[in-house]
Amino acid sequence: MTNSVHDMGGMHGFGPVEPEPNEPVFHADWEKRLYALQRAMGATGLWTIDGGRASLENLPPLAYLAASYYKRWFLGLERRVVAHGLVGEDEIAAGRSLRPGIRLNRKMTLEDAKKRSFAHFDRPAPGPARFKAGDQVRTRNIHPPTHTRLPRYARGKLGTIEAVRGCHVFPDTAAVGAGENPQWLYTVVFGGRELWGEDADPAIKLSIEAFEPYLSPA
Amino acid sequence: MSANDPHAHNHDHGSELSEMQLRVRALESILIEKGYVDPAALDQIVENVETKIGPHIGARVVARAWVDPEFKRRLLADATAAVNSVAEFDPVGAHLIAVENTPQTHNVVVCTLCSCYPWPVLGLPPVWYKSAPYRSRTVIDPKGVLADFGVGLPPGTDIRIWDSTAETRFLVIPMRPAGTEGWSEEQLASLVTRDSMVGTGLPKSPDQNKAEAAR
Repeated sequence: MTNSVHDMGGMHGFGPVEPEPNEPVFHADWEKRLYALQRAMGATGLWTIDGGRASLENLPPLAYLAASYYKRWFLGLERRVVAHGLVGEDEIAAGRSLRPGIRLNRKMTLEDAKKRSFAHFDRPAPGPARFKAGDQVRTRNIHPPTHTRLPRYARGKLGTIEAVRGCHVFPDTAAVGAGENPQWLYTVVFGGRELWGEDADPAIKLSIEAFEPYLSPA
Repeated sequence: MSANDPHAHNHDHGSELSEMQLRVRALESILIEKGYVDPAALDQIVENVETKIGPHIGARVVARAWVDPEFKRRLLADATAAVNSVAEFDPVGAHLIAVENTPQTHNVVVCTLCSCYPWPVLGLPPVWYKSAPYRSRTVIDPKGVLADFGVGLPPGTDIRIWDSTAETRFLVIPMRPAGTEGWSEEQLASLVTRDSMVGTGLPKSPDQNKAEAAR
């Protein structure tokens, strides 16, 4: 969902940032197990990273805000395993498996986990990049009902291409099962006043990583 | 109860099983019983993030950049290739971008849409990085956010915010502290804090480091 509470940039009222001295990696055992489950289930290849993010964004706004980061992951993972037919609602309710699992094409092994490999999202370009460093662009004013990575605060704004980052999987289609649809990715930089108005601090510049379909020539 | 309140987690530390412990345990057993996940792989995944990856990796990269101008040049041109070319560094996967603090410009990294963070060089993000206050305010009031961290920049310093809205990940190369001439790479790495590589902190000064070591 695009215009939901996960798109927080520029919102007021959440209070100060509270750094925690000597913060542990995890604050509870369940966070460790959940983190590992999320990684291992991600490796099955049944959903994309963007589909995973979309499932968190689709949580009801109050549930999203009330949940800690890992609780949000838990709620999203629980939804995904049910939505993909891996686990039944009855099994979630029972808290145990009631029938054998379905066959998976991929399962993370101990050896895989030891290798600590990283996903790559760059893809061969289907065509030349439309923009180059230094070009002026305007971000599009879009409000798709599905997943996007163009934040609300940066829509319809005038910016400058600072760097071309290659051609990457396009989250907007990957999230909804409509394919990787690779698109050119750019670092687009904006002045603080373009984003936040005349009263903004002129010493601030901000960039987003913008996919080509988010941009029009200006 | 906010997600960034350290006291919010206290109920999870006791011997009494919390609701979340029970629910995660149930989901884990269902996924294991159905053969979707291997318990040994799960243990390894936890071990990786608890003992192998963390800000010590990024600190070594920064320290190398401080002592080796050619490495720094390559790091700023293509951080993934530069880091992966050094055999003793942990590999970092793809799409890592290094951004350099200068006397003119201070860089700060955020992810307003979720919590994207350069795991391979910094480990898992701290709670504050994932919190609503950080995600909402950094883009509109970066000086206020830096003040929450006790960081004030010299007047006239420009601030550059990097919102991590794609799979590219950002590592801030802070400025080398004064008074470290002739220091070894290892000594320098001890000054590089996690927050200084996100942009919400500055590296420790030699005096701070000495005082902390004495405590």
